[in-house]
Formats: sequence, structure tokens, C-alpha cells
Amino acid sequence: MSLIAKGIHVRYGTREALRGVGLTALPGQMTAIVGPNGSGKSTLLGAITASLPFRGQVSLNGRDIGTMKPWELASQRAVLPQASRLAFPFSVIEVVRLGLQSGTAGDRPEVPMQALARVGLAHYADRSFHELSGGEAQRVMLARVLAQVWAPVEDGQPRWLLLDEPVSSLDIAHQLQVMEIARAFARAGGGVIAVMHDLNLTALFADRVAILAEGRRLAFGTPGEVLTDDILSRAYGCALRVSAPPPAGIPYILPHAASA
Amino acid sequence: MTAVTEIEAAPRDRLSRARSLHWVLAGALGLACIASLQIGATGVTLSAMLAKLGQGEALSQMERVVLLDIRLPRLAMCVLVGAALAVSGAAMQGLFRNPLADPGIVGVGAGAGLGAILAIVLGAVLPAWIIDLTGNQMVPFAAFLGGWGSTILLYRLSTRHGRTSVATMLLAGIAIGALAGAVSGILVYIADDRQLRDLTFWGLGSLAGASWAKVLSAGPLILLSVAAALRLGRALNGLALGEATAVHIGIDVQRMKSLAILAVAGATGAAVAVSGGIGFIGIVVPHLLRLASGPDHRTLLFNSALLGAVLLILADVIARVVIAPAELPIGIVTAVLGAPVFLWILLRRRGLVEL
Repeated sequence: MSLIAKGIHVRYGTREALRGVGLTALPGQMTAIVGPNGSGKSTLLGAITASLPFRGQVSLNGRDIGTMKPWELASQRAVLPQASRLAFPFSVIEVVRLGLQSGTAGDRPEVPMQALARVGLAHYADRSFHELSGGEAQRVMLARVLAQVWAPVEDGQPRWLLLDEPVSSLDIAHQLQVMEIARAFARAGGGVIAVMHDLNLTALFADRVAILAEGRRLAFGTPGEVLTDDILSRAYGCALRVSAPPPAGIPYILPHAASA
Repeated sequence: MTAVTEIEAAPRDRLSRARSLHWVLAGALGLACIASLQIGATGVTLSAMLAKLGQGEALSQMERVVLLDIRLPRLAMCVLVGAALAVSGAAMQGLFRNPLADPGIVGVGAGAGLGAILAIVLGAVLPAWIIDLTGNQMVPFAAFLGGWGSTILLYRLSTRHGRTSVATMLLAGIAIGALAGAVSGILVYIADDRQLRDLTFWGLGSLAGASWAKVLSAGPLILLSVAAALRLGRALNGLALGEATAVHIGIDVQRMKSLAILAVAGATGAAVAVSGGIGFIGIVVPHLLRLASGPDHRTLLFNSALLGAVLLILADVIARVVIAPAELPIGIVTAVLGAPVFLWILLRRRGLVEL
């Protein structure tokens, strides 16, 4: 019962975005994918979510995703995209309900409001989605995704949250809130894979980290194992030092210091 | 959690409002039908005829002809064509993820018209078995094929990676419309006198030539297409989130798109085949309904069918009475009412420059 990607190759035209990347994500854990711009993070998530053509194999809870129907996939995993453009003026609660009608909580009409409350936006239920700020829109989309896989474990099988840069347009408080939600989902038995930009949040919340660079997997392990000076410097192509405070006089704010 | 109290304050439910709108619009449709049968150039009224029947008197020959052979088939055409235009507009807007997509504006109507003209002018040279097989369905079916081809072409031209460019869509629509118009012009040039007469009547863009034969020729395709479109509500809602997300929430997007294109082409084609080009119903009706009860396609499509029928019946009544005993082509009435609404939608959009 896990999410396993093997030998994933993806080409964009002549460019090879991914060259044989593998990843095993376990339920109960948060697995982060990090790496510099253009390293193939979102492309790897795109292959795992069957959103783009790829060579290789992805299995979800023991089944090859290539053999699963869209509605079967939708009942086992929900995907949060980087940015969402909504074509028509749906209200916030209507957007969250779009998640419900596809998931397996279809007979529980209270779930969308609970999901919206989970991201702290229950009072926005009647607003038009188009009036939201970028960060609010991203949290509403997270509520939609949560409503789709509301129970982290169902029928003895873990459900999966696949998040593409879930905190990219959020302030620090909401970054922490969203990461807490994802971690709680994993602690309750579900599986989480998140493409992350922020190495500090990754270090704080991820159980396993895959570091990609130039379409290959450079390292995979616990944050302590892979977030090292050597690996990060190689991945990002600049000399990075872990746990080195900046010179005196330059303030730095780390989410690690926030009290839960 | 503090959120509990917020959960209890149930959000106002636009879906149930949209569902009660079904009944309101059905009632309006009934009233519009009565008005359409009551009003006309001859002075024959429905109420007078009903009174006569109530006293056991027989209707005069003229009254029977006016009611059964003129007004009733015309009413049936209004209902069918109005529903077809409005539903195909709503479905196309959902498919293109854009409230400005309308079959009449983006060249699908012109493509369907080309199909119809092809059938009228070249139909006679087709093999006999095709003519026998299609019978009185040939012109609507050819219009459906023309509309289908132009919808697929338009979609290919204006959509890249699941995103539709409005500017490309409108401009490609102009090009497709112009091309279809040019070919239609050539066909008119080579048509013989009898075909020219057919074409002229057809191209008037009016319901003046309504007959039971036309109702029977377009009705089946329209009913089939509208029924298909009504099944797309949930999928079109998902598509509003974008093509990738629609797949992620479990929608078979490729199948849904094919079905939507078929339904749009079928409804538009059949409507154009019997009524020529009647514009703006497809854009005005869904837009008004979105303002009234939200964009949920599960109710929007059916409400569009009802309101489209109501509006076309009313436009037809207006067309018949404003310059009675003559009558305006109905396309003029819908354009006068619809074009300002189209401009209003266009100008209200934020980021107009980035089209």
C-alpha cells in the first residue's frame, strides 16, 4: 500500500525533463520533492498524477495507474495544482463541492464546510472565488482537495494528497497552517507527496525528501540525511551551508521558531 | 473548534434556487406558448376558439388552418430552435471555458449553414441511397456535419494544452465564418433557379416558413443533442477548474469533450438548417441564468433550454406584431436585444486588454 514511481522519463520536445527518476512514498509519511528551478519537481508530480505522458511505471496502492479509470484514481488520490484559473464565477463553497462530487464522501454533504473550516475560510463560503486573493484561492483549492479524500484511510487503504507547491503564495502563518494540515493527514494514515520550494519548511515537516537536479534524483532520505551542505550545494549549484546563521545585524526569520 | 458555529450557518444554496428556477421557467414557457397561439395577424385568437369549442361549436376552416397548420408548428419550431440555440451556447461556453463562446459568433453557425447549402445545391447529385436514407433529415444532417467540422477546427485552433485563448477563438471564428460564407457564395452562384428559391427562403433567418415537415426534420436531431448536452453538467463543472484538474477529480475529459462537440454541432446544425441564422440566444440566455442562479452546469443547461424557448417565442411574437401585418425576420429582433448584452459582457470582463 504505497505510491511507487519507477524509471520515470519525460520529454518536452527535445529536452529530457526527467531521466529515469524513481520514488517510493509510504502512507503515514510526508514525502517532499525539492530541487532547483527546472530540475523536474513538478514534472515528476505530473507523471505521478498521470497529467502528462511519461515512460516508466507508477503504481498506487498496488495498482498500475495506467490501468485505472479517472474516477478510480480520483477516489484514491487528490491533486492540488500550482495555480488554478476558474472559468466561471462559482462561489467558494461551490468550488469545494466540486471536490466532493468526485470523491467517495459524496453522501456526506457536511464535508465541504468542514474542509473549508479546516483551512480557516468557513466565513468565505458565499464569496465569489474570483474575488479571493492568490493565497486565499490556494487555500480554497486545498479545501477542495481535502474534501475529495476526506478520510485519510478508507476501506483499509490509504488515500493520497499530491500537492504541487502548496505554500507558494502564502504568508508564513498560512504556510505553517497548510503544512500542519498535510502532516495531520499523513499522521492519520494517509500519504502525502508535496513538491516544495522552501527548504526550511521541508526540513520541518517532511519525513522523506527527494532532491532532484537536472532531471535526476540526487538523493533520497530523511531530511537529516539529505539536507546537507554537500548535497544541497551540488543540487542548487551554489555553496550552501546548513544551520549557519547569517552575520550579526541581518535579521532572519525561520518557521522553526513558531510555536505550534 | 470555533469553526463549528460557522458550519451551522449554512451557506445560501444557489443550487436549490436554480432548481426552483426550473419550475418558474416552465411556467413562463406555458404562458409564452399561450401568448404565441393567441396573438397573430389574422385576428384569430386562442381564447375565442376555446370559447367556441366550449359552447360545442365547430371551428371554421380558417381557424383550424391558422391554429393547426400555422401557429402550432411555428410555436413548436420556436421551442425547439430556442432550446437548441441556448443549450448549445451554454455547452460551448462550458467546453471553451469562456462565457463569450457562442456557436453563432465563432463560426459554427456559418459552418452549419455551409453544410445546409451544400445539401440543398448538391444534394440532387448524391447517390440515390443516401438521399433515400436521409430523406427529410438530409439538410439538418448536413448542417450538423458542417457545424461539427467547424467546432472541431475551432477547438484545435484556439486551444493549447487545455487552455483556450479568447482572442484566437474569436479571430479563428471570424476566419471560419468568412471561409464558410465564401464557399456558400460560390454554391449560390452555381445553384439553379429552383435551388435559389429554396436558398432564399432558408437564408431569411426566420421562422416564417415553419411547417410540421420542418419540425419533423429538425426535431429528432435537436432533441437528441439537447438530451446529450444535459448529461454534461457535472463534467462541465469540473472542466471549469481546468482540464488537468478535471481529470484529477475523475472526469473522462476526452470523452466529455467529444460528446460536447457533437451536442453543440447537432443542436446548432439542426437549428440553423430550419431557421437560418438566429443570433445571440446562445450567449444571452446562459449569461442571464448565471447572474440569476450561478454557473452550475447541472442546472444551467436545463434552465437554458427553457429560457431559450421562452425568449425565442417572445421574440417571435414581437417580430409578428411590430410591423403587422408584415413581419420582421426574427434574427433582427434577437440581434437588437442580444448584441448590446454581448457588448456588456465583453466590457465587464476585467483584463480585457489581455484577451
